[in-house]
Amino acid sequence: MTREEPETRGEDMMIDAPKFTNPKPRIENPDEFNVHYLRIYYGKLFPYTDIHKWLSYGHDGKHPGCDEFYFGRREFSFTLENDVYLRYKSFKNASAMEDAIKVNFPYKIDIGAVYSVDPDKRHAYAQSGTNVFTPVERELVFDIDITDYDDVRYCCSGADVCSKCWPLMTVAIKVIDTSLREDFGFKHILWVFSGRRGVHCWVCDVKARRLTNEQRSAVAEYFRVYKGNENNARKVALMGHSLHPFLARSYVDFLKDFFEGELQANQSIFSSKEKYEKILEMISDEDIQLELREKWENAARSSLSEEATSLARWEQLKNTLYSKKQKAPSLRMCVEEIVFTFTYPRIDLEVSKQMNHLLKAPFCVHPKTGRVCVPIDPKKCDEFDPLAVPTLSQLIEEINSGGLKMDVDDDDESERSLLGKSVSFFRSSFLEPLLKSCKEDIESSHKSNIDKSKDSFSW
Amino acid sequence: MEVIRSQKRTASNDAASIPTLPLYFTAPPMEVRLEEFELFAIDRLRVLKGVSDGLARGKNPKEMDDLVSTLWKEHMRHSDVSEMLNKDIISHFVLRLVYCRSDELKKWFLSMETALFRHRFRLQNFEAQRATVGEFGLQYKAVTGAELESLKEKLGQVVRSLGQISPTIETIYYKVPFEEVPDLVAGRRVFIQKGNAFVAGSQLVSLVVTQFRSHISKALILTNRKWTTTIREREKDRLTPIVEGLSSSYLGPDYSQSNEYADISLKDIDQVAKSSFPLCMRHLFEKLREDHHLKHGGRMQLGLFLKGVGLKLEDALAFWRAEFTKKVGSEKFDKEYAYSIRHNYGKEGKRTDYTPYACQKIISSAPGVGDHHGCPYRHFSDDNLRAALGRMGLSSRGMEDVMDKVRNKHYQLACTMTFEAVYGTTCDAGINHPNQYFEESQKILKPKTPTAPV
Repeated sequence: MTREEPETRGEDMMIDAPKFTNPKPRIENPDEFNVHYLRIYYGKLFPYTDIHKWLSYGHDGKHPGCDEFYFGRREFSFTLENDVYLRYKSFKNASAMEDAIKVNFPYKIDIGAVYSVDPDKRHAYAQSGTNVFTPVERELVFDIDITDYDDVRYCCSGADVCSKCWPLMTVAIKVIDTSLREDFGFKHILWVFSGRRGVHCWVCDVKARRLTNEQRSAVAEYFRVYKGNENNARKVALMGHSLHPFLARSYVDFLKDFFEGELQANQSIFSSKEKYEKILEMISDEDIQLELREKWENAARSSLSEEATSLARWEQLKNTLYSKKQKAPSLRMCVEEIVFTFTYPRIDLEVSKQMNHLLKAPFCVHPKTGRVCVPIDPKKCDEFDPLAVPTLSQLIEEINSGGLKMDVDDDDESERSLLGKSVSFFRSSFLEPLLKSCKEDIESSHKSNIDKSKDSFSW
Repeated sequence: MEVIRSQKRTASNDAASIPTLPLYFTAPPMEVRLEEFELFAIDRLRVLKGVSDGLARGKNPKEMDDLVSTLWKEHMRHSDVSEMLNKDIISHFVLRLVYCRSDELKKWFLSMETALFRHRFRLQNFEAQRATVGEFGLQYKAVTGAELESLKEKLGQVVRSLGQISPTIETIYYKVPFEEVPDLVAGRRVFIQKGNAFVAGSQLVSLVVTQFRSHISKALILTNRKWTTTIREREKDRLTPIVEGLSSSYLGPDYSQSNEYADISLKDIDQVAKSSFPLCMRHLFEKLREDHHLKHGGRMQLGLFLKGVGLKLEDALAFWRAEFTKKVGSEKFDKEYAYSIRHNYGKEGKRTDYTPYACQKIISSAPGVGDHHGCPYRHFSDDNLRAALGRMGLSSRGMEDVMDKVRNKHYQLACTMTFEAVYGTTCDAGINHPNQYFEESQKILKPKTPTAPV
């Protein structure tokens, strides 16, 4: 890989991804997460076969068109106790992977790209020439972390998350998921809880896996709206005379109602001077700012609740802006800009742009919370509660009490264990349709290879 | 392509089938005089350098079209049309030899040739453009009739979102897999549905440029292989010296090796930052002192700049450690940050000695939440920029001049004006690299007897 910037390294991901200010990565909740529990989890609960089936994408060696070495060319990385970081790990098959995990009991497992050669053996190949060590396939991935929204949530900040701000993740899932399916035509999409305060998205269609870095970058930029940091006040700038159809659909179907409903109820973003000043700053016209500021500063103490006050002020702001929108181009879509600033998804662009970027594996356990990184059903994401996700200690408790069957293949859902429900969802909603489609792909490309070789047959 | 000495050239090309814009797929079977080999290449290099300059100055696409037209007329024209085409093709292939030889050369050549191609394509009329698209063997389906009708509203929305008031759409649209037009997708300049992008006729440029870039990129790799395995040795008395001479004179200094203004010591660094750093680096430096932390983008931009300024590895480690350990502890620093610093100096991993970022790269970066890198003239809000310029000592008159440049998106000219205002001198060359700003500044503050540059 010949690029000017240094390669994305695991160390880099370690440095920027956990956005906590507390520098000591010690176990915070020893009751929820400890080595002993982790051993039991990886001993009895982690779904090795499912993960292997997923990442094999149908290359199970049973069809002549299969690439039996495909799984072995996938990079994994382990983060062990004491922050020891092992990169470029690869496994021949599911049991090799299982053995390695049961030897190391990693605190975190990351999944990387499928490379041109086995990552373990990369040094055997020269950097130049035809056998270069380079990524050839990788899911299109997205990482949304609620700390990127700290400037627009008032209930929590930093590592915390609660029922008042989690809905930001819900609406992000809806917007991105809809676009991936409707606009880009992707079908095999897995959403996963990151374990503490965010979500990851894995797009596994074969077209997605073969996207180049440039194409991934294009998709990430297509999703990018928020361009803020502490150096600028107007963090969303919607130009032109109307919204692009993607943004328009997101606004009409998801963002507007969320802003005027749940967000206002949870965050009351106009109820105090400090809060509404932030919004007034987003209006590029000083006169309008003044007009509204005066109205609100001098408001008599009313009997309205915080939420009602907030809503009333929003109405006033909208009316003022709509009536004055001809004044300047930057006011044209100011109302929408405000809504987008508070609600539109903020993805971590760097995660999506490069094939060699590693991302945490589903069904890992988050060391800070002890919660399992379970899949989220995008069709029911409103019901997902991050604070109700099973923790290690709950899972262990369940095993000890011996009541429920551990077998996840049980058809009776009520008999299924806490984790079993998630694994079952993973299988039925994601894995099965995916594998079916992979088989078709392998079949058809095998067939066309045969046809091609027939055509070029000449004496 | 055969190179021969002092014989009359015979061009074997069929005038009727020449496309107006060559795509350089194969080297044509021509014979070329040795003198022309070098001269043609030099003329084309002048064009490419002009393109590079225009981009660095932040010219918009229309201005670049005009620039390319001027440059081409000035350096590549010939009274005989087929001679002109020959020169075009020959010069391109010679420069491929010159610029295939390292990653940095390849990258520059690829960028400039692609930009050149883009603007020459834009200057063509519609029929010629269609012909060029066809030359690439692109099979894009035109969207017509009922399908176009059903998409009218969405296509109109896209047109309006790009600034046009009236939602009238063009007459011809092409349905193309979204992967083929990444820059249009990235800019939300097309409507996409189920994986297909609907590209307007006028947006064809993007399609072809992507194809062109990809083809030249692959060609450069092959050329490099041929060069290193056979050509360089075989031509060592004839073409190789010419080829090796051609590239070194035309790239600006990359500041990876610092010169005699090198020794900035840690105890002076605060002083030097205040007096000689360009705004982008000053901001990063101040934020580092304030927060005792910088995110990755900032560490790269500032760290490489400091390397270019002459900060030795040991001093760099001490500098970053002194700041970061105020926040993260020295153990974590050693484990997580020291590696990157040594990596930047070429002491780890690939052992590439990374070069400090030029303005073009910094301007086109995308600072996000919590970032402080990028170009303040582009990325700061007006108020923040004014405040920062005030701290640099600009008068309100000087500030207005700078802000005017910013409004017109001439970020590097804004920085140049700041330089001129701060030091009370003119800078004709124009700032296009933060290390250049630093060196020019040091020249003024600490004049020494001029010595030949390293």
